[in-house]
Order: sequence, then structure tokens, then C-alpha cells
Amino acid sequence: MTKALNRLLGASAIGLTALVATQAAAECDWKPERAVTYVVPWGAGGGTDANSRMLASLLSQEFGQPFNVVNRTGGNGVTGHSAIARAKPDGYTVGAVTVEINTMHWVGLTDLTYENVTPIALVDIVPAGFTVGKDSPFNSVQEVLDAAKAEPGKLTGSGTSQGGIWHLALAGLLNAEGMDPEAIRWIPSKGAAPAMKELMAGGVDVVTVAQSEAKTLIEQGELKGLGYMHTERMAALPDIPTTAEQLASGFTLAAFITVSGPEGLDKEIACSYEKAALKVMATPEWADFKASRGADVVLMGTDDLNEFVKASDASLGETIKAIGLAK
Amino acid sequence: MLSDVLLTVLAPSNLIIIAAATFYGCFVGAVPGLTATMAVALLVPFTFFLDPIPAISAIVATTTTAIFAGDISGTLLRIPGTPASAAYVDDAHALSQAGKARTSLFVSLITAAIGGVIGVIILMLVAPQLARIAISFSSFETFWLACLGLTCAIFVGGGTVPKSFASLCIGLAIACVGIDVAVGHPRYTFGTFDLLDGISFIPAMIGIFAFSEVLRNVQILDKPAETIIHATEKVGAAMKAALAVVFKYPKTVGGSSVLGTLVGALPGAGADIAAWISYALTRRFSKDPEKFGKGSLEGVAAGGSANNAAIGGAWTPALVFGIPGDSVTAIAIGVLLLKGLTPGPRIFVDQPELTSALFGSFLVANIMMVPVGILAILASTFILKVPRAVMAPVILLFSMVGAFAIAGTVTAIWIVLALGLMGYYMEKVGIPLAPAILGIVLGKIIEDNFMVSMIKAQGDLSAFFDRQYSMVLGIITLGLWGLLVLRSIREISRSKPQTEG
Repeated sequence: MTKALNRLLGASAIGLTALVATQAAAECDWKPERAVTYVVPWGAGGGTDANSRMLASLLSQEFGQPFNVVNRTGGNGVTGHSAIARAKPDGYTVGAVTVEINTMHWVGLTDLTYENVTPIALVDIVPAGFTVGKDSPFNSVQEVLDAAKAEPGKLTGSGTSQGGIWHLALAGLLNAEGMDPEAIRWIPSKGAAPAMKELMAGGVDVVTVAQSEAKTLIEQGELKGLGYMHTERMAALPDIPTTAEQLASGFTLAAFITVSGPEGLDKEIACSYEKAALKVMATPEWADFKASRGADVVLMGTDDLNEFVKASDASLGETIKAIGLAK
Repeated sequence: MLSDVLLTVLAPSNLIIIAAATFYGCFVGAVPGLTATMAVALLVPFTFFLDPIPAISAIVATTTTAIFAGDISGTLLRIPGTPASAAYVDDAHALSQAGKARTSLFVSLITAAIGGVIGVIILMLVAPQLARIAISFSSFETFWLACLGLTCAIFVGGGTVPKSFASLCIGLAIACVGIDVAVGHPRYTFGTFDLLDGISFIPAMIGIFAFSEVLRNVQILDKPAETIIHATEKVGAAMKAALAVVFKYPKTVGGSSVLGTLVGALPGAGADIAAWISYALTRRFSKDPEKFGKGSLEGVAAGGSANNAAIGGAWTPALVFGIPGDSVTAIAIGVLLLKGLTPGPRIFVDQPELTSALFGSFLVANIMMVPVGILAILASTFILKVPRAVMAPVILLFSMVGAFAIAGTVTAIWIVLALGLMGYYMEKVGIPLAPAILGIVLGKIIEDNFMVSMIKAQGDLSAFFDRQYSMVLGIITLGLWGLLVLRSIREISRSKPQTEG
């Protein structure tokens, strides 16, 4: 009863704000009046989860309402992304839409695309790494590529499932260098940690998981970082060259994490979230958090993010088609 | 340095947090359907406000008690808290029905604490070396290890070898549901979105054990005698009996703890495999193996110590290489990173006081679990006095809520109902239930590692024996399979004259 009443009150409040919004063009001062659900399509403890939990707690301070992080894992990200896209666009469900929104539909996992969500702000940008074991004979990305050219299919790479983002990173890089995308064979893994374990156990030759995931083990001498797929060196990773510096094709690939709302989220609500997100991401707490994870703070609002996501979708689609995984 | 460590570990604030986490873990673990992983995930927002040591202590204390408390619902209601407890749930529940619920639970509690303490001691002494070995396990070794776990399930199962094997195959068939690990094709999902991720073991476990038990209970309700069997024992007597068990089987408890820690250290399904292997080994070398599955306190002691020791073991690769051994340590690594502490080989050299304090907190958490556990046992055994006519619907309700809570979908409830019916009929024809659970848990791991290995070796089966560890594990597994075939031939030929006569 109380719940229904609350919902009614909430609904009328939204109706009211919407009304005000249309009258006094985008004031961006919508505020949630009850708890907000923050959907994370990936498991607790991972990078997306950590970033989202931190942002959720800062947003909660900013708005004065609890933000409940819910991990809706499964289906290679389909479950959680669908939960975000199909939620009621009332501002009480937002979530972490990740780069997979631009890969899942190309490989035929779902019909969802970036057009089914409302991107609000960029949370993290995660370039793919290019990491080998500490006893590996290779000392640069080019050396690995040369070896793969000489004996295609002898070397193996890992980092995620077949068609997952880190697979696209490796296959896309080989493709961009004019090589067979299968010249380094892909060994599917359940995620970054199992892939790095395989690398350390000598089961595979290369992993292309997020540079930030491999960072610690590289710094401690357990793995060797040969490069990461980004346009310019990141402040948190000054000592490892980028692929843009090393390769003729200058191929780069970075995963991303956003905070996004459901399809058709009201402009007023979206821009209120944008304002709040950009505000809390400029705080020292957020900067400290980012530094502790070895990442740079990125600030990108809705307009730029829309362009960014669109461009990413096109280029990932090209890579997926080139390596023959498109459906 | 030592005094600093002691000051950190024994600081009142740390102790209070550990105590609170112990109560919390006990509650979550005892409620059917809520898991240790869920408990830890819910804890994460609170750790934001804590210092690193109390934060990790809270996680450790929550998991250790939650894993033990899973035995409470296992013993009283036959709903195992974790797949690891499923190995000995039949024993524990049989004991409870024989009026020895408290003895069985005290054995669980004491052996859990001993297992936990031994696990921590091993961690203190050889964590870096142990982690080196754990990390050298590639998909080949993991495949053989999981096969070994499955083989143990057949030894463990109360029935004959063919019947245990049938149960295992049912479990493996259920594990086939969902997205294929190697190529990403959905299998047996019938277009249902919720089945893409496969049948999660929690609804499966609730269905197979709890719901089938409810169905059985409903049948015997007419017999009033059944309802008053459950007289609770005197606390002192139960405690004495439990301690006597622990002193009677010191080798079982010690051995299972060491084994649990070692197997738990291997990334993957360490804790589950550990409990099953310990249980099977204990049964093999026990003086009265025929009691196993029908109420063996020795079996409860073996499994109970192994799964709690494995929790300590799971921290090895997590602390030494930042590679999680299970979902709990995955969350814990996230918390450590958030606190600006990076797990890695150097954490032992650069921050010895931190690692020592961590291990100290592990110890304290395991010790503090004992009084809290006793309280929980005393508080929970009252449900034995509740008439079955009342209990059955309550268990049913808990089963549904638990399954729904874990998966968040109605499909989970259907899974509980369907598998419950299946479990009921399996028991009716004498097929043991426990191997099916292990099949569900390990099926995915086996398939995953087999496919990955085959892709790596490009279809060359000999690669499964190329590496040192994988050769050893492979030969042990194949040897056991040979033994099993011999045993089942013997069982079949022995049972023939009976059926004919």
C-alpha cells in the first residue's frame, strides 16, 4: 500500500518536473525522491563494478538519496544491458552501459544497440593491453607480429570469450596490420584474471586484456607489458609505449564504461544526471579513486559521449566483420 | 613489528567489526538461498568507510561463518548452504533425524574452526610458494582436477557405482544448459532469456534437496510418530559428544584441513572440489565406510574442516598475484584496490605488517566463530520442535524466496519445482542426489577447460599429458576410472542373483 502510494507520489512528482521542464527549458535540477537502482551488467569486484560503485556512492551523496548497485550479470552482458535499456525511463534506474553495447548486436547476441539506451557521461576508458609472460622471448609488439607472420597459428592469445572486446582488440590489430586475424589463435577465457593466470602458467603467449588489469603484475615483474592500444600515453602508464607509436597502422582500441539511462529518458532527467556526474567526477575523491586504480580521470558529457559511442560502434562493427564474426 | 601487528589485530574496533561480521555471516549463511558471495557483495559499501585491515577482516569473518552456517540449514532442513556442504548434507541431516542435530552441528562448527585455523597457518608459512604452484595450473591441470572431483562424487554417493554415475550424468546434463563456453552458442535454452547463463546451482540445490524433502515429508505426515522423533539434546552432552568425535578422528580433521587448503588455493572451484575429495578419501580410509551417507560424524568432520580450510587457501593466489580463487576473493581484491593496496608478490615484502595483520585477523575470525556459532546452533535447533506440518510449507516458502533472491527471475522458481520433482523420483529409485549437484557445479568447469585445452592443442589429445602436473593428475584420474569400472562390474554381477531369485 505504502509502496503503491510512494510510486504514485513519485510518478506525479516526475510528471510535475517534466511539466516544469518543458516550460522552463532544461534547468537540469531534477532530483530523485527515493532510492535509485544502479544496474551493473558485470560481476562484483571487477573494473566496471568498482567504478560504478564509487560513482553511485558519490551520486548518492550529491542527490541525498541511496543508489543501490545491482549486479545483473549473465548472457555475456545481455542481461544487464537489457535491464538498463528496458527499465522505466523515470530516472530511478540508471546503469553502467559498457563497450559491449557496441559488440553484442554485431555478433548476434541481442538486438540492443546504443540507440536503445541514453548515454549520460563517460566513466572510464580502458585501452587494451598487449602483454606477454615474463620469460617471453618477445620485447615489442612488432616482434610478436613478425613471429606470427612467420608461423601463423603457432602463437596463442587470450583475454575474454570468442568475439569479446579483447578478442576484437587482438584480431583487429592483426587485421589492421594486413595480417590474417587468426595468425595468433584466440583461446577463449572467462575473463581477464583467468587469462592472466593462463599466461603465467605458460598456457598462452599473449593477453590483450585491459592494460589497467595487467598493470600490477607488470610492475611486479610477473608479466611483460609490450604496449597498449591507445592514441596517446596515459598519465597513469607513462613507461609503456602505445600501439599508435609502435605500429604502422596506428591501431587503437579502448573499452569504455558509461553511466547511462533507459531508452527515452527525459532530457531534463538526463541532463540533471550529467551535471551531477560531471560534478562528482571533478572531486578529489574521484581523482584519488582513479589514481589508486592506475587510471586517468576522464570527463565527457552527453553530447561528446553520443558521438564517441556512435564512432566506436562503427569501428567495432568493421573489425567484427573483418574477422568474420558478424551475424 | 609483532607488537604493532597485535595492536592492529586486537584493537577493540577491529574486534567489534569481526564480531559483527561473524553474526552477519552466521545469519546470511543459515538462511537457505543466501550465499557467502552475496553476503560479501552486500558488505562492500560498508568497507568503504573502514580501514583496510578491518575491511578485509570483515570479509573474512563473514565468509568463514557463512560457510559454516550453511551447515545449519543443511543439517536441519537438508538445504546445503554451499555446494561444498552438499558432500555431507545427507550425513548431517540423517544425524538430525536421529535426534543428534546439535552434536552434528557442533562437530561442523569445531572442525570448521580447526580447518580455518590450519588454513591460515599454512597461508602464513608458505603462501608465496603455494601461490607459485597454484598459478602454474593451466587449463589442462584444472580439467584433470575437476575430473578427479567428479570421480570422488561417484565414490561418495550412497548408492552403487552405476546409480551414482547416473546421478552424476543427470547433473552434467543440467550443466549443459546455457551459452556454450567455447563458441558462444545457446544450448537447451528454448529461447528463454534467463537460461542463457545456465541453471545456477543454488536454485538447483534448493530444488533437488529441499523441495524433494518437502515432498517426502508430505507423504509421511499421516504417521504422527514421525513428528516427535526430534527431541533436542542437552547442550553439554552434545558438546561433549562433538569434542569426542574431533578427538577420535584427529587425522581426518588435520588431513582434510591441509588438503582443503591446498586444493582451495587452486583458482577455480577449489572449495567445492576440496570438500568432496576430502570426504571421499576419508570414506575410503575409514574403519566404518558403510556409515557414510547415512549419518557419519566422521564424514561431517572431514567435509566441514575441508571447506573452511579452503577459504583460507583461496586467498593465496588472490594475495600473491591479485588473481582471485573464487568470487569472494574477487570482491576482496576490489576492496583492497579501492584502499590503495595492490595485491602482488611484493605485498609480502613491502608491507609485511599488513599481511601479518591480515593473517592475524583470519585467526581471530575463526576463533570468534565458535561462540557465535554455538549461539546460532542453540537458537536454530528450536525449529526441530516445530511440527513437520508447519515446517513443510515454511521450507517451501524459503526455497522459493531463496531461489528468487539469487537469480532475480521467476524462472528460478520453476527450476526449483522441476528439479525438486526430479530429486524426489531419483531418491525413490535409489539414485543418490549429491553427485548430481557436483555434476552441475563442475560440469561447466570441465567443459570450459576441456574446450580451451583442445583449442590450444588444436585437437591433439596427447597434450593432456604433456605437462608435468597434468600428467600426474591425468594418470591418477584414469587409474581411478579403471577401479570404478572394476567395482561396478563386481556390483552388477553381485546384484544379479538377487534379482533373479
